[in-house]
Amino acid sequence: MSLPTLDFSLILPELVVLITALLVLIADLLWPRAASRGREQAPAVLALAGLILAGLLTLLAGEWSGATLQGMLVADALARYLNLVVLLAAALGLLLSWSYLPHFSTQRSEYYALYLLAVAGMLFLGKSIELITLFVSLEILSIALYVLTGFHRGQLAGGEAALKYFLLGAFSSGFLLYGAALFYAATGATRLADIAAQNAGGFYMLAGLALFLVGLGFKLAVAPFHMWAPDAYQGAPTPVTAFMSVGTKAAALVALFRVVQAAGSVPVGVWATALAFLSLLTMTLGNLAALRQSSLKRMLAYSSIAHAGYLLVGVVAGTAAGFDAVLFYLFAYAFMNIGAFAIASLLERPGFYAVQDAGIHAADGLFGRRPWLAVAMAMFMLSLAGIPPLAGFFGKLYLFAAAVESGWAWLAVAGVLNSVISAYYYLRVVVGMFMAEPSASAHLRLPLPASATLAVALTALGTLLFGLLATPWFQGISR
Amino acid sequence: MVPTHYYLILAAIIFSMGALGVLVRRNALIIFMCVEMMLNAVNLTLVALANQWGNLSGQVFVFIVMAVAAAEVAIGLAIVMAIVRHKDTINVEEINLLKW
Amino acid sequence: MLNYSWLILLFPAAGAVINAFWGRRLGRRGVAVVANLAVLAALIMALIMAAGVRSLPAAAHGRYELTLWQWIGVGDLQVDLALLIDPLSVVMALVVTGVGFIIHLYAATYMKLDDEHHPLDARRYARFFVYLNFFILMMLTLVLANNFLQLYVGWEGVGLASYLLIGFWFHKPSAAEAGKKAFIVNRIGDFGLALAIMWLFFLFGKSAGSLGFHDLFAQLETLSAQNSPALVGITLLLLLAATGKSAQIPLFVWLPDAMEGPSPVSALIHAATMVTAGVYMIARTHPLYEMTPASMTAVAWIGGLTALLAASIALVQTDLKRILAYSTISQLGYMFLGVGVGAYAAGIFHLTTHAFYKALLFLAAGSVMHALHGELNIDRMGGLRAKLPRTYAQFLIGAAALAGLPLLAGFWSKDEILYITYQKNMPLYIIGLFTAFLTAFYSFRAVFRAFHGAPRDHHLHDHAAEQPAGMTRPLWVLAAGALFAGLIGIPAAVGGLFGVEHSHLLEAWLHPVFANVQTPHLPAWWELGLLGASSLIALAGLGLAYARYVRQAGWALRLQRLFSPVQPLLEHKYWIDEIYMAAIVTPLRRLARFFYTFGDQTVIEGAVNGLGRVTAGAGVAVARLQSGVVGLYALSLLLGAVGLLGFFLLFG
Repeated sequence: MSLPTLDFSLILPELVVLITALLVLIADLLWPRAASRGREQAPAVLALAGLILAGLLTLLAGEWSGATLQGMLVADALARYLNLVVLLAAALGLLLSWSYLPHFSTQRSEYYALYLLAVAGMLFLGKSIELITLFVSLEILSIALYVLTGFHRGQLAGGEAALKYFLLGAFSSGFLLYGAALFYAATGATRLADIAAQNAGGFYMLAGLALFLVGLGFKLAVAPFHMWAPDAYQGAPTPVTAFMSVGTKAAALVALFRVVQAAGSVPVGVWATALAFLSLLTMTLGNLAALRQSSLKRMLAYSSIAHAGYLLVGVVAGTAAGFDAVLFYLFAYAFMNIGAFAIASLLERPGFYAVQDAGIHAADGLFGRRPWLAVAMAMFMLSLAGIPPLAGFFGKLYLFAAAVESGWAWLAVAGVLNSVISAYYYLRVVVGMFMAEPSASAHLRLPLPASATLAVALTALGTLLFGLLATPWFQGISR
Repeated sequence: MVPTHYYLILAAIIFSMGALGVLVRRNALIIFMCVEMMLNAVNLTLVALANQWGNLSGQVFVFIVMAVAAAEVAIGLAIVMAIVRHKDTINVEEINLLKW
Repeated sequence: MLNYSWLILLFPAAGAVINAFWGRRLGRRGVAVVANLAVLAALIMALIMAAGVRSLPAAAHGRYELTLWQWIGVGDLQVDLALLIDPLSVVMALVVTGVGFIIHLYAATYMKLDDEHHPLDARRYARFFVYLNFFILMMLTLVLANNFLQLYVGWEGVGLASYLLIGFWFHKPSAAEAGKKAFIVNRIGDFGLALAIMWLFFLFGKSAGSLGFHDLFAQLETLSAQNSPALVGITLLLLLAATGKSAQIPLFVWLPDAMEGPSPVSALIHAATMVTAGVYMIARTHPLYEMTPASMTAVAWIGGLTALLAASIALVQTDLKRILAYSTISQLGYMFLGVGVGAYAAGIFHLTTHAFYKALLFLAAGSVMHALHGELNIDRMGGLRAKLPRTYAQFLIGAAALAGLPLLAGFWSKDEILYITYQKNMPLYIIGLFTAFLTAFYSFRAVFRAFHGAPRDHHLHDHAAEQPAGMTRPLWVLAAGALFAGLIGIPAAVGGLFGVEHSHLLEAWLHPVFANVQTPHLPAWWELGLLGASSLIALAGLGLAYARYVRQAGWALRLQRLFSPVQPLLEHKYWIDEIYMAAIVTPLRRLARFFYTFGDQTVIEGAVNGLGRVTAGAGVAVARLQSGVVGLYALSLLLGAVGLLGFFLLFG
């Protein structure tokens, strides 16, 4: 037996995030009276620095690739790409937390440490090529997110959201774990490469993949495993919602790619057809439910369920073009969705005891109050609805084009029809911002913290640039 | 020697019981115990398979699952405590502020 | 220098953005300066582009394509955001920015007052100029597009701007209603354009690899036969789109109502630029039409009949702006007639001269309207010549050019169209000639009724006063255009008399674009004869109007009585609005109501209610699921898992 290969350079970004998480945790010990000296944002600064460093390392590590830790983790182009999406989403969410967190909590270091742990879990999930690491990464990110969801302890909704997320998350983990066990039963291996090499068919493999899809489908908020998502997204602090709605989806999708490829012995027709139906169900349910929401945040939650359905279309296509489209969409989605949640967070009025959710009419007349904010929000809404020339349009275009090319025309048509439905509730917000009079409570001046402004500006810029520069970027992904 | 599939069938039954328990129980703690039962059913499966395949992966997996389950218990109890402080119940049917 | 052409789009965009966000802080003066400078800069850029096109090497065929960025790349299809700079697009850009600039100048003063003659507040003032700059941006996008998709973007963009501007006095129900009408009627046309683009894409998209005009036209060689059914379909759909935007039969009904918009908008969008987009598009896609003589004939007949129909309605209108609106429809009909008989350069020529004199007429009408505090009924005017001498002179020049009085702008361009029509299609020539007579008559009817004779409403008359210089001065530029713009298109026969070769400057300029189109020619004396006939016709129209409205000659009145039976028909515009209402709108509305009650309310609302609300005792599992209770969420998850498992085991 050879000694295990331990090339830590390949997981440097993840290690940076983990170490930063630990540093943030002991930051209170290092600066016991930081708060009194105006350093209350020290944990946030540290966390942001860690995320940026990890991002830089990911970019610099372009040439480093290969498996490490006895073939449990891999650094490849896919993982690198995921790193960028997750770190971007995390950094944007962190900027939002910066001004949002002080409204209801003083436990900054706990919050940011958990936040970074969730990030680390996502990053590791993207690099996992082995069932045990995959499970552990998934649990790291999930457990951290359970706590973050209920972080606003002053209000019942947060605790309720956390409890639902936690119970159902643990429940779905059981299915995922059973799926992993069945893979093991079929092949005797836990490395995805070994599982693929065995090429074993039969009952265990099929059942294993089905149960695995349940577990991953839960994380992706795919119907009918999505029911936790609206509640958890609504109850969680908005920056956490913004971050997890993007990061978790991205990481779970990468895991889905890897698992589906490993289970090569399962006929493509079976899993692709199953995913196609899940995708159809997800987007339809998400969009229909979003039509009737009275809370902006909950509407966005349903919208992100619908988007999980769109993302699955690319996986169903099963071609390289489909995967590329998913990767493109993830970046576009990171910008437009976090941007939308960012503005929702600016519109709500968080207090120590309860958050007053931004209602669907909270954005009415926003153009008169904060014109730039209204323009940014309009961009996010139009992009989410898939209207050119914004990022979301090209994301959908690539996804649906890939689906058509690989013979899933009906799914693409369903996707387009769903986009039409979705345009209704997105445009309602836009029309309200520009046409309607502000609601009665809107006479108060809308505070605009610098960090959140930066986040909105970055996401708006990203939404626009990804639309205008869609083609070069997409070609970059394809390479 | 007991054939492996006996263990697997037993584990499947336990898993199903756990899953049904999650559905029918109202008490958050009991629901969580049912989830633990599901995890342990998988553990049983893994151990039996490790024995059959003659490698240690399954055994290692079980240890990891136990560690994760312990972490989940810690978190779960904390969340339940947070709820009880607001509302004197752990009946999940009464915890339905967020809906529709 | 052509590679800086993108600046022409940047300027109006910047103007719109600046006024949108800082308009209120800039104040009305600042807003006007920003908006005017933006258009002026675009005009200068258009002039630079014209010089650039001139100096292109011969091998370029006068064509320069500037790719700004690759926009869409899916599979084999590549759509760029690119500018096509050639003589045709440069002419259009010059018209849009040139006439646009004058109208901006005029509007800076005009829009200080709202429709009820109260000062317009700075916010709305800024908004008006945001829309106007946005319109210029979209119109330039349209005319400089190098592919169909970009053309479509511009097409929709100008439609949006038009809709917003027609309804600018949105508190007036008639304005809001007119905006809606324009929007709906144009949707029909736009639908045709979208279908045509899709059809083109399916026919040639794969092999051409793009939607670029020239890439697609290069594929036409693969079609050997003329009048191939697919191409006829495409060209007819394009024609439908053009009839919508350019207000031709059958979709012209929105334009008269569009006069509810402020006068500068009527001048810019609904006379000089946007409504000519259809003519431009047909000229731009002429290789398609050259392959389909059947569609060409359709274009020509639609143009000729629209010209006649609209001119006849204009005879009896009493609202000054509506007379001009019908006249615009009629003149657009001439342009369609021109491109329909293959006289593309003549069509563009008429488009250019028309932009000058019609903008002039509308702005002069705007001055009259301001002077009379919103009154536009010519029956209540009369004798304004003394009160508004400058406006009178300007209106007169515009009307004379419109009437086609010899040597003015409208004379040369209209006559060129008629000259080629004469050789291609005799019935249409006669229709065109007769329409020219009607045109001269109604133009001078408006002049005489409004400005000559005794005042019919003394109260209005006494309060009328000449408008400030900010409004009257810019119009002299347009007046000069109305007088002399025709000189860029003197026919060779006339040029020959004075020993000038290539006297038709515009035709020479546009030659690279329409190089493959043959225009037939008759002997010079014959052409001169036709010119003479047109002159006589125009003068006859003028004379009849003079006899009827100034001299009140007995024979002219008797002539009118002779035609009085048709007057109600004309006054009601052939009841076309009513017919559309009864035949199309009402059934559609019923259908929509049906779909609303059945589709929307029963199906969608039902489904939404089902999903969004738990109704007590509902047995539907779906409805119960999002109830907020964990057990049911878990049930959904478990059912999904069992379903997935079953599916895999059943089909795997």
